[in-house]
Amino acid sequence: MNMTFKAELNGAAPDTDTPALKVENLRTQFFTDDGIVTAVDGVSFTVAQGEALGIVGESGSGKSVTALSLMRLLDEPARITAGEVHFQGKDVLAMNPEELRAVRGDRMAMVFQDPMTSLNPVLKIAKQLVETMVVHGRFTPEQAGKRAVGLLGRMGVTAPERAVESYPHQFSGGMRQRVMLALGMSNEPALLIADEPTTALDVTIQAQILDLIRELNRDFGTSVVLISHDLGVIARVCRRTIVMYGGEVVEEGLTEDLLADPRHPYTWALINAVPRIDEVRPSDRRLTTIEGQPPDPFDLPKGCRFAPRCPFRIEKCDSHPDLAEVAPGRKSRCWVTQAGTPLPKKQRHAKAEAEAKAKTEAKTEAKAATPRVIAGRDEAPLLSLRDVVKHFPLPKTGYFQPRRAVHAVDNVDLDVFRGETVGLVGESGCGKSTLARVVMRIHQPDSGEVVFAGQDIARSSQKQIRPLRRRLQMVFQDPYGSLNPRMTVGDMIAEPLRFHGITKTNAETQERVADLLNTVGLNPRVGRRYSYEFSGGQRQRISIARALAVEPDFIVADEPISALDVNIQAQIINLMLDLQEKYGLTYLFIAHDLAVVRHISDRVVVLYLGKVMEIAPADQLFDRPLHPYTRYLLSAVPIPDAVVERERGYLKLDGEPPSSIEPPSGCRFRTRCPLAKEICASVPPPLVEHAPGHVAACHFAGQLQ
Amino acid sequence: MTRYIVSRLGITIVMAVLATLVIFLIANTVPGDPVLAQLGDVAASNKEFVAEWRAKFGLDLPLWHRYLIFLYGLIHGDLGISIASQRPVLDDIVQFAPATLELATIGFVLALLVGIPLGIVAAVWRDTWVDHIARVVSLIGVSSPTFWLAFIMLAVFYGGLEIAPGPGQLDPIALAPDRVTGLLLIDTVIAGDWGTFRDAAAHLVLPSIVLAAATLGLITRTTRASMLESIQQDYVRVARAKGLRKSTIILGHVFPNALIPVVTLGGLAYAQLLSGAVMTETIFSWPGLGLYTFRSAAALDFPAIMGITLVVALVYLLINLMIDISYAYLDPRVMR
Repeated sequence: MNMTFKAELNGAAPDTDTPALKVENLRTQFFTDDGIVTAVDGVSFTVAQGEALGIVGESGSGKSVTALSLMRLLDEPARITAGEVHFQGKDVLAMNPEELRAVRGDRMAMVFQDPMTSLNPVLKIAKQLVETMVVHGRFTPEQAGKRAVGLLGRMGVTAPERAVESYPHQFSGGMRQRVMLALGMSNEPALLIADEPTTALDVTIQAQILDLIRELNRDFGTSVVLISHDLGVIARVCRRTIVMYGGEVVEEGLTEDLLADPRHPYTWALINAVPRIDEVRPSDRRLTTIEGQPPDPFDLPKGCRFAPRCPFRIEKCDSHPDLAEVAPGRKSRCWVTQAGTPLPKKQRHAKAEAEAKAKTEAKTEAKAATPRVIAGRDEAPLLSLRDVVKHFPLPKTGYFQPRRAVHAVDNVDLDVFRGETVGLVGESGCGKSTLARVVMRIHQPDSGEVVFAGQDIARSSQKQIRPLRRRLQMVFQDPYGSLNPRMTVGDMIAEPLRFHGITKTNAETQERVADLLNTVGLNPRVGRRYSYEFSGGQRQRISIARALAVEPDFIVADEPISALDVNIQAQIINLMLDLQEKYGLTYLFIAHDLAVVRHISDRVVVLYLGKVMEIAPADQLFDRPLHPYTRYLLSAVPIPDAVVERERGYLKLDGEPPSSIEPPSGCRFRTRCPLAKEICASVPPPLVEHAPGHVAACHFAGQLQ
Repeated sequence: MTRYIVSRLGITIVMAVLATLVIFLIANTVPGDPVLAQLGDVAASNKEFVAEWRAKFGLDLPLWHRYLIFLYGLIHGDLGISIASQRPVLDDIVQFAPATLELATIGFVLALLVGIPLGIVAAVWRDTWVDHIARVVSLIGVSSPTFWLAFIMLAVFYGGLEIAPGPGQLDPIALAPDRVTGLLLIDTVIAGDWGTFRDAAAHLVLPSIVLAAATLGLITRTTRASMLESIQQDYVRVARAKGLRKSTIILGHVFPNALIPVVTLGGLAYAQLLSGAVMTETIFSWPGLGLYTFRSAAALDFPAIMGITLVVALVYLLINLMIDISYAYLDPRVMR
């Protein structure tokens, strides 16, 4: 333990029987012009000293407002209208502004979701760290300055002496979140509230930050309230969990029990809506989803708030249930489980069973495999990339400096066959979106071939490609930015129909638009409305309808679900699977959520700094990864199962990816790879086939233990 | 940092040379013959006389030749001879500029001293009576015409209440101090003449308020708007969660971020004030660049107009350079 961090603090030790935090019947309301919104409605929970509590829920469930209410950080029109928040035995809601200020950042600290905007851009890191230590009178400015360096080092910031003299824009998101954690821990608080601290980060960085929070909790006895929509994140850190829905706590229990045996239908739905990375792909890939939308905050249901969407609804649900004990240490706000009715268990493939299945599959695959290099199929691929390179030149820094470039995509070979789904994974900056745009010919590759349906489009003019656009469509990540706010939904879907001359008359167009809306699960009448009237999930359905309008063979989906809540994600995945079955679509599916990629993909491509590291059939890649980078990537993904999380040892990948402006020589992963030897720096490893259809670019493939 | 400043400086110099070309071309292509304007109807009808005048001022040479002469002169501090006053233009400008510099600077400082704090309090106590007052003040400042405001001020404080002195820089009976800098407030201090200092200061009050009004309105509005934008940023919530005092948050976190647009706008406003306020200077009989500009324009005095235009262009370039350099200190993201 770093000595600078464990400083001599003289804060009066609170007696150990009082919980660190006790919240009772908290109610927070927004007094908007349109009416009163009760965002948090009678929430109660306690956090014992040294305990880590998770709060789970979808957007709009009230979890973030709860977190902000704990420190009274909400502004008008939000007001805490009822309840009590006892922190170390003192009532936070009764504190005057000066008492409140003394607690904030001192005994009770908070880490926010977006590290990119949480630091003041015009102030040095040192100042931002020092002021919080000095204002609470625990340190002199000199002590605080030294301690800032120690804290940053403890949080894993490289070169902390230099880091404190830097400005926030000089850091990556992960590094900024470390600074935020250092800030939170600077006065050794008794309670750390972390609101979606890793949502904006890549999975390997997320793993590092979660480790850090766990260590702070374990080593310093800091109580933690961790808020997340991701059950895996909660499972990795928290002992106990509460689930929120419609502003209420609907379930509470030990994380382990809650995830293994949910006692509220909403928790049940949340758990079953997410695929698991440690699970072999079932034959029916459709995910369990619940219908409908989260409740309208202006018009909450009178009875159980989840009842309108609940598959287990009974008559009694028309009246509002209380949060009551359903088993020792377990509470649920549900008439069904309170009456003792168990919720159906989803069949999870046992590990041994899964491995056996995977082995037999591998054998049959091996037998059937033909000696083709990439995928082992006879037919010509629908899309074939050969040696594709795309660099983005940077502005020169001086007249005599050589021009530098971002090496976004380097020498990528990839085949995609008709009717399959190829998943493309990698951390941000690995070139996956660039590759998608090269395929769409939004970007022209610097060199290499892009053969689509037998035609090389790498050098084609936009005019030559235009007929192919009917067969090649894209669904974008941001459902808010990718729809024109000035066009009705119907016009947006009709536009490609008219442009490509698919429909001749107006009546025909309208009919086709209605058909398409039906296909993606929307009421055809919504065609007259504008996109702002729809939720994120509905907008993504509209995007898909627009892509489908021209009856394409091939759809590039660039993170189509990452902006959506888990249940909506599951709905969109199911829709994409249905459409694939119905129209024989081919997908190039880009995502950073590896569990989803495993679930939806036939084959998976792993990219790192613009290079292909590994390509393999999905189950093979996830169960028997050959490339060390793939191993690390998979290991970083938290699994929503507290038992598995506790028992599995996972590999830790330190540091951040190097710059793609000057990528490392030889193997690009070598700077972070424990297997790296001399040869890795001099000879770029070729993609070698190790098993049928399973290629990896590593000199020591499969050797990482 | 040095690299950034050097590159800004280089760009400024290139822009200054381009400005001389533009000024020269505009002055030579506008309609209106300076010779005819100067000679009067009778002499202008004498062709020989006109040709002689043209030759005297070099108006018969080709355009590029005249530009080179112009540039050569500029390098040697020669802006030509004013047709109207028959004195070197540079001498005229040196004589008129200090009065404007004095008035503009005091007006500008006044606008900053009132506008920035007013904008800050208006944003911090948004939609309270402070905010309403700030909004009314800035509305009056921005929307009241200068000539109207100047007359009202004179009528009320000079004519009616008789608590302010009349137009002009000094009382007619006051003795001007020896000219050192040309700035009366400084020259009187150098001369140790406190009576005249007070008189000069008193004469500055009304015109500088009139001049400050529009800038004040603009700065209050900009400060308020950019404070409001900064207050909503995530890092302000983080600062509150750190337990900082409200004053530290507002002045230490929000204001440095809000300052950037204020500096941009303030700099341009100052440049505008420096290039002479024709209306204010005319009404207050203020012997500054505004008055000189007005007279030169009326007389189609091309050398004088070109000289003034050049000075104005240089003032703008210089202030823009200062704004750019201040960005490097205010916003670390500017430096890569």
